[in-house]
Amino acid sequence: MNLLKGAVRGSQENPTVLLRHTTPNVVERQALTINPAKTCQPIGAMYAALGLHNCLPHSHGSQGCCSYHRSTLTRHYKEPVMAATSSFTEGSSVFGGQANLMQAITNIFSIYNPDIIAVHTTCLSETIGDDLTQIIAKAQEEGKIPAGKRVIHANTPSYVGSHVTGFAAMVKSMVTSFAAPAREKTRTVNLIPGWVEPSDMREIKYLAESMGVDAILFPDTSDVLDSPLTAKPLFYPKGGVTVDRLAITPASRLTIGLGPSASTVAGRELDTKFKVPLELLELPIGLKATDRFVNLLRRQSGAPVPAEVLDQRGRLVDLISDMHQYFYRKRVALWGDPDQLVSLTEFLADLDMRPVYVVTGTPGKNFERRMETALAGRVPEAKFRQGAGADMFLMHQWIKNEPVDLLIGNTYGKYIARDENTPFVRHGFPILDRVGHSYFPTVGYRGAMRLVEMMLNALLDHKDRQSPEESFELVM
Amino acid sequence: MRKVAIYGKGGIGKSTTTQNTVAALTEMGKKVMVVGCDPKADSTRLLLGGLAQKTVLDTLREEGEDVDLDDIRRPGFGDCMCTESGGPEPGVGCAGRGIITSINLLEQLGAYSPDQNLDYVFYDVLGDVVCGGFAMPIRDGKAEEIYIVCSGEMMAMYAANNICKGIVKFAEAGVVRLGGLICNSRKVDNEREMIEEFARKLGTQMIHFLPRDNDVQRAEINKKTVIDWNPECAQADEYRTLARNIDQNQMFVIPTPLSIRDLESLILEYGLVAA
Repeated sequence: MNLLKGAVRGSQENPTVLLRHTTPNVVERQALTINPAKTCQPIGAMYAALGLHNCLPHSHGSQGCCSYHRSTLTRHYKEPVMAATSSFTEGSSVFGGQANLMQAITNIFSIYNPDIIAVHTTCLSETIGDDLTQIIAKAQEEGKIPAGKRVIHANTPSYVGSHVTGFAAMVKSMVTSFAAPAREKTRTVNLIPGWVEPSDMREIKYLAESMGVDAILFPDTSDVLDSPLTAKPLFYPKGGVTVDRLAITPASRLTIGLGPSASTVAGRELDTKFKVPLELLELPIGLKATDRFVNLLRRQSGAPVPAEVLDQRGRLVDLISDMHQYFYRKRVALWGDPDQLVSLTEFLADLDMRPVYVVTGTPGKNFERRMETALAGRVPEAKFRQGAGADMFLMHQWIKNEPVDLLIGNTYGKYIARDENTPFVRHGFPILDRVGHSYFPTVGYRGAMRLVEMMLNALLDHKDRQSPEESFELVM
Repeated sequence: MRKVAIYGKGGIGKSTTTQNTVAALTEMGKKVMVVGCDPKADSTRLLLGGLAQKTVLDTLREEGEDVDLDDIRRPGFGDCMCTESGGPEPGVGCAGRGIITSINLLEQLGAYSPDQNLDYVFYDVLGDVVCGGFAMPIRDGKAEEIYIVCSGEMMAMYAANNICKGIVKFAEAGVVRLGGLICNSRKVDNEREMIEEFARKLGTQMIHFLPRDNDVQRAEINKKTVIDWNPECAQADEYRTLARNIDQNQMFVIPTPLSIRDLESLILEYGLVAA
C-alpha cells in the first residue's frame, strides 16, 4: 500500500515518468523501430470486411492474430466485432491450413450463416504459402459453400505495408470478387471512402446524396460499427454494402477514390478491368479538401451545390475566422495514417497553424510528395517521414528538441502528451480511451467544424490550466 | 553419443549410404538411431525392410501432442531405432517447419536422453537446404559432425561446396564441424583424385571412396541394406570400411568453401587430365 502511494507521489513529482528514457539526441537508426506508427495488415482487412452487408471476417492463421484484431477493433468502435479464425496448430503450419479453412467454411455457414465470408491471411499462412484461391475453389467444388453464399479473400502478410495496406487489399478483393461486367453504363458513381470512421462514411454518403449523386459506397461500416442499441440484438447489423450493389460497380461512369493509400488499388482494378475511370482525391478532411470533393460531386450531378451544404461551409469559415487568433502559428505534431495526415496537414496550414512534425509507419515514398503538395511551401520547417524509421519515438525526440503546442493522433500519443504537458486531440486509429469518433465525423464541412472545436477546446483548456490566477480569463 | 548429419545433393545417395553405414555400425555393436528429415519419409526403408513407418508429423496430426516415443520409432536392422519426420505433400504447407517440429518433439520425448544408451544419432537430411528448417539438424548443437555425400559430377561438387558455406555459419556460432566428404562414385574420370583434392581445398578429408556397384541396387530392390542382403559381397566391406573410418575419425573442421572460379578450375584441371 505504501509502495503504491510512493509510486503515485513519484509520478506527480516527476512528470516525465512514462517515457523518461526518450533522449533528445536523434541518432539515425538502421534496424530499430520504437513505438511504430502503424499496426498489421489483417486488422485493416477485417475492418474493411465489416463494411460488407452480412459478412463474417475470417482470419486464416493462428488464434492470437484474430483475437488481437477483434479486441482492438472492439475497443476502438465500442461494438462487438465478430470474426472467425482457422485456428492454426503446429500441424497446420506444417501440412498447410487447407483442412482447417474447409472445416471453418462448413462450420461458419451452418452456425453463423453469413452471406459472405471474407478471409484474410496472416504472416504464418502467407509464409507457408497457403493458396487461398485454390482452397476456396476446392470448397466451392465440394459444395461447402451454399448457393448464393460467397467466400472472398485478400492476402495480408504483415511484414509488408501496414494496416492501411490490408484495408486496401480487402477493398480491392471486393471488386475482384463481386464486380460483374456491365453491358451499358448507368448514372451511378463508385465511391471508395478510404479507411475512415463509420461516422465519416455516413457523412460522405450524406454529401453525395445531397449533391444528387447515386453513389455506391464501399466498404460502408456505417450502421455496422455505430449501430443503435435496441431490444433486438443483431449478429449482423443492418449496414454494409451489398453484393448486388458491388456487382454493378463496373457500370458506373466514375470511381472516386478518397485517400490514395487506402483506395487506389481498388479504384485501379475497376479502371483496368472494367474501364471505369478513377479520380483520386485526398480525404475530405478540412475546408479545401472538402471543397475539392464537393466540386467533383457537383460536376457529376450537374446540379448546383445545395444551400444546406453551402451554409455548412459558411458556418465553418465563420468559425475559423472568429477563432483564428488561437490557431495562428501554433506548432503541431501529428502521427497516424498517410491519408489522414496529408489532409490534416493541409487543413492546419490553412488555419495558419504550423504542422511541424508528421510521422507515419505506413511505408510509401509518395507520402513525401503528397505532404509537399499539402504544405505548398507554407511551413518550411516541417519535418515529415514515412516507413519503418518514422516512429513515435523519433517524433518525441523532435518534440524534445523543439516543443509543439498541440498533438494530433491516435491514443498512443497520450504518453507523450502527459510527459510533455501538451494539449492532445485524438484522431485516427486506434482510439482506445475516448468515444465520439464513431458517431461524429471529421470529414466534410461539419467534420471540419468538429476538428476546429476539438483543437480549440484542447488549446483553451490547456491555457486555463496553465494561466496564473491574475490572467485566468472568464471570456476567451 | 555422436550426433551425425548427412547432407548432399538430391539423388546423390544420402539415404542409401546412411542406411548401409548404419547397418555396418550395428554390426560393430553400436546402438544407432536414424532420424529421416525428408518429407518423402524414405530414409529408413532399407533398415525397416520396406515397412511403412508412421511419421512423427502424421502421428502428431492424428493423435495431437500427447505422443509416446514408441509411437514414432521402430526397431530396424541390427536393433537400430528408426524415425521419420515426414511432412506435407509436395506444394503445400511448410516442410521446413515440419523438421523443426519433429526434432523438437523427439527431444521433448527424450529420444536422445542418456538412458537410451545410444552410440550414434544419424540425421538424413533433404538434399537442398532451402530454408531454416532444413538446417535444424545442425542448429543449437544438435548434430555435431557432418558428412557430405558427393561424387565427381560438377553439380554434386557445387552442392557440396554450397553446403560447406552453410556449415561455416553454424560452425562459427556453435559446435558443429565437418567430418569429411563421402565420395559415392559415379565413375567420373579421375574421380578419386579430384574429390581428394576438393576435400583438401575445403580443409577436410575424403573419408571414403565408395565404388559404384550394382549390388547396392539389388539390395534395394529387396528392401535391404547390402550388409543385410549379402554380408559377404565386396560392397558390404566398403560400407564396413566407411563405418570404421567414421567411427575412428578425429578430423573435425570448419570448412573453407571454394570460390566458384576455384571450384570450376579444379573440375577443369582434373577433367582435362583425363581428356
